[in-house]
Amino acid sequence: MHKISISPEARELMIKDGKDTFPNECCGFFYGQDGEVREITLAKEVINSKEGDQRRRFEISPLAYMKAEQYALENNLTLLGVYHSHPNHPAVPSVHDLAKAMPYFSYIIVSVMEGEFNVLRSWRLNEEKGEFEEETIF
Amino acid sequence: MAKIIIPTPLRKFTNSQSSFESQSETVRAVVQDLVDSNPSLGPQILDDKGNIRSFIRIFVGEEDINVLDGAQTAVTAGSVISIVPAIAGGSF
Repeated sequence: MHKISISPEARELMIKDGKDTFPNECCGFFYGQDGEVREITLAKEVINSKEGDQRRRFEISPLAYMKAEQYALENNLTLLGVYHSHPNHPAVPSVHDLAKAMPYFSYIIVSVMEGEFNVLRSWRLNEEKGEFEEETIF
Repeated sequence: MAKIIIPTPLRKFTNSQSSFESQSETVRAVVQDLVDSNPSLGPQILDDKGNIRSFIRIFVGEEDINVLDGAQTAVTAGSVISIVPAIAGGSF
């Protein structure tokens, strides 16, 4: 099982974004260094650019993605993955999450129930199996 | 030379290289140079017919090649090409 650590600041930002955006889905990127334990040191919010029902969908614009890659390069960080919230749903990837999953990235899901933080879990795509595997958070 | 930025999730196919430079003069040719140098990257960004996969977007600077000349968009020395994967999902 893959292991990740999340700095308190990054964790707090993702939770706050999930609560502030409720009942819509929030989304963003996180950065840090990869290794035996993937270390997330920074998270940054991104506008949910999904046109339509943002209560159950999110989308990140290509421009926002390019800026995230650029930010990582300029700050000697690695873009490690994407977070988003599941309003009134568990922190488990949906079929839509799986359909859009990229290799390598961690996918952190923040479950927010009726506006209150519920749980945060992290997942990574197993390309061979075509399914998500949960990561252990330290 | 034009520079192409490789997105983080695909760098395992490029020996962790974050960028690649080419003297070719169109987006399609630069992408082909990249794939020729990193054959395992090919199936990730090109379909069976050698076209850029539909869920991959290519930008030159901040312009989507779909609003330029597509894969035949011209590039010059100093052009920065970005490969952008679709990032999306949802709760149910």
